[in-house]
Amino acid sequence: MTPITVLISVDSNSILLGAREFANYMKDLIKEFNLDPIVTVLETVSLGSYNGVVIHVLPDDVYYSVKSKEQVRKIVEEHLLKGRQVWDLMVNKELIRPAEKFEVKEVRIVTRNIGVIDPRNIEEYIARDGYFALSKALQMKPDEVIEEIKKSGLRGRGGAGFPTGLKWEFTAKAKADQKYIVCNADEGEPGTFKDRLIMEGDPHTVIEGMIIAGYAVGATKGYIYIRGEYYNSVENLRKAIQDAYEYGFLGENILGSGFSFDLTVRLGAGAYICGEETALLESIEGKSGRPRLKPPYPPQVGLFGKPTVINNVETIANVPQIILNGADWYKSIGTPNSPGTKVFCLVGDVNRRGMVELPMGVTVRQVLYGFGGGVRGGRELKMVQTGGLAGTFIGLDKLDTPLDYDSMKNHGVSLGSGVILAIDDSHCVVDIALNVMEFFRHESCGKCTPCREGTRIACEILERMTKFEGTAEDLDYLRKIAEVTADTSFCGLGQSINVPLLSLIDNFREEFLEHIEKTCRANVCKAVLKKPKVQTK
Amino acid sequence: MDREKIKELIEELRKEQLEEGDILIYLLHRIQDHYQSHYIPPEVGEMVAEELNVPTSKVYEVLTFYTMFSTKPRGKYIVRVCTSLPCHVPGGREIVEFLKNELKVDFGGTTPDGLFTLEETGCLGLCGVAPVVMINDQYYGDLTIEKMKEIIESLRKLEGGDGK
Repeated sequence: MTPITVLISVDSNSILLGAREFANYMKDLIKEFNLDPIVTVLETVSLGSYNGVVIHVLPDDVYYSVKSKEQVRKIVEEHLLKGRQVWDLMVNKELIRPAEKFEVKEVRIVTRNIGVIDPRNIEEYIARDGYFALSKALQMKPDEVIEEIKKSGLRGRGGAGFPTGLKWEFTAKAKADQKYIVCNADEGEPGTFKDRLIMEGDPHTVIEGMIIAGYAVGATKGYIYIRGEYYNSVENLRKAIQDAYEYGFLGENILGSGFSFDLTVRLGAGAYICGEETALLESIEGKSGRPRLKPPYPPQVGLFGKPTVINNVETIANVPQIILNGADWYKSIGTPNSPGTKVFCLVGDVNRRGMVELPMGVTVRQVLYGFGGGVRGGRELKMVQTGGLAGTFIGLDKLDTPLDYDSMKNHGVSLGSGVILAIDDSHCVVDIALNVMEFFRHESCGKCTPCREGTRIACEILERMTKFEGTAEDLDYLRKIAEVTADTSFCGLGQSINVPLLSLIDNFREEFLEHIEKTCRANVCKAVLKKPKVQTK
Repeated sequence: MDREKIKELIEELRKEQLEEGDILIYLLHRIQDHYQSHYIPPEVGEMVAEELNVPTSKVYEVLTFYTMFSTKPRGKYIVRVCTSLPCHVPGGREIVEFLKNELKVDFGGTTPDGLFTLEETGCLGLCGVAPVVMINDQYYGDLTIEKMKEIIESLRKLEGGDGK
């Protein structure tokens, strides 16, 4: 180890800001100045602050945010060569991490290694207690592992919140010659990028969690189903799987336990519906991603007709830490009914967009203002959408709602995949509603009529409203369409469109009515009218 | 792509195969990557069906269901613009309008010079730097109309045009 370590964020978000180029440039400069005996540059993954590429110099514990190669050069010449910190490029630690005085402390369980280790180096993961949980689990009986997960109260982090331990138990009890573990990494819920950063920043945690799940339920094969567009994550995962095979954590007779497990990655090809678990299974089997009728549920009849556990990336990433530290430790975090943490993705019109892991039960306001630094550009907050695109739109009166699995039932605010999307007063409610419905229309697989036609009709009504051609009956019709589609659709996609649509209509009814009166307070819909015709092929 | 090439590719992917049938989509990705105009010709789809011993109709169903696949030639550059709300809110709507006007095509259309195909995509998971566009396998974030214009112009210049 060299006396100085420089951590530079090279994740997908940062690469777009030039991170790869900056990292290579920094390495070149360090060679040029003959600093390599004392400085090591490590590429890692950043959790937030996408105003520039984050560079963390240790042991000085100084954070910089850089936007150009000149600035990289300045840090090398001044800080690394001459030992003088570059004040004008420094960022307050609080901008990278939540402020110390921020009333809710960040708790890092699934993100504990992100930004700390080099994700392409398995030894760094091992040095952070990596694969210790696997070794511990292999010395336990499979039902003891399931019992521990059940006791921890871990629930699915993909949105539905089903108790993970129960899912495992159902699969373990099913009798079959082959069982599977599938990791749902088809992250497509708009605003969500937590799974991507977990896979890019700490792929071994996911692999370790899957092997433990396999041992617990008696599955010997696993698939990670990942979006076709997630190039960087695929790369990191493949490397990690290869290394895990080499080190004997995957393959035959793992750590001398007699248990064997094989793992591979499969790519999606651009279909939001494949995030639905049975559609995902269809896709792995090489078919078009249309959901299956449930029941039977995957723990009984899943992949290739065999019992299958399907867990979200974030859920799986919790597993090693629960096994290592015990269910009681896990339950001490979060709320009684929703133990543990949630990774929140803060996006939209906020000062600081990014990802933060906080205990369950944190309020929308705490995330938005404590971590996000409030609305950007000095505008007023108009509304917040929580839980992803199928989640609820809330007004300012509900900002103090605690977010956990009960917040939907108790307060009408969904937790979903943990997205918090801030929308300022420059946006029009009807335009937002149209955007949401266009997404669902586009992603509806077409298998069932209510979803295929319901989303289409909703779009038509909303489009009329943005052109000031809507009527009062349209608004009632829209509500009916949302309700019928939700009641009669085949799968979760159509069943959830009423959540965003009705929360918009209920909370912002006035603005919908204004459009019938041919005014748009945000002046957005006028712009749509002027939109020039484009030639279609 | 000829039958020998496809056989070779299948041979390679079989090493990562856990169960019969799990490599079809993966294989189609690899084949499509091979074509500069980002598509899979019908005769190649038929060859895949024969080599994997699955009905041709099944291969076609997959090819036409998933938005990343195409059975018709597309532009050299596939411009995938994110239309989801987290991109729509911080300026994505303007980027979409700009692209439609600049390329003079709607979603799914290809420019007459065969250079660009404009497609809409759901969230790309880069909302930290929204609005985002993906061109082939490259991402571009924190976009403004000026930045988008520069990117399109630089690609046109790269292909020997004058950028306009």
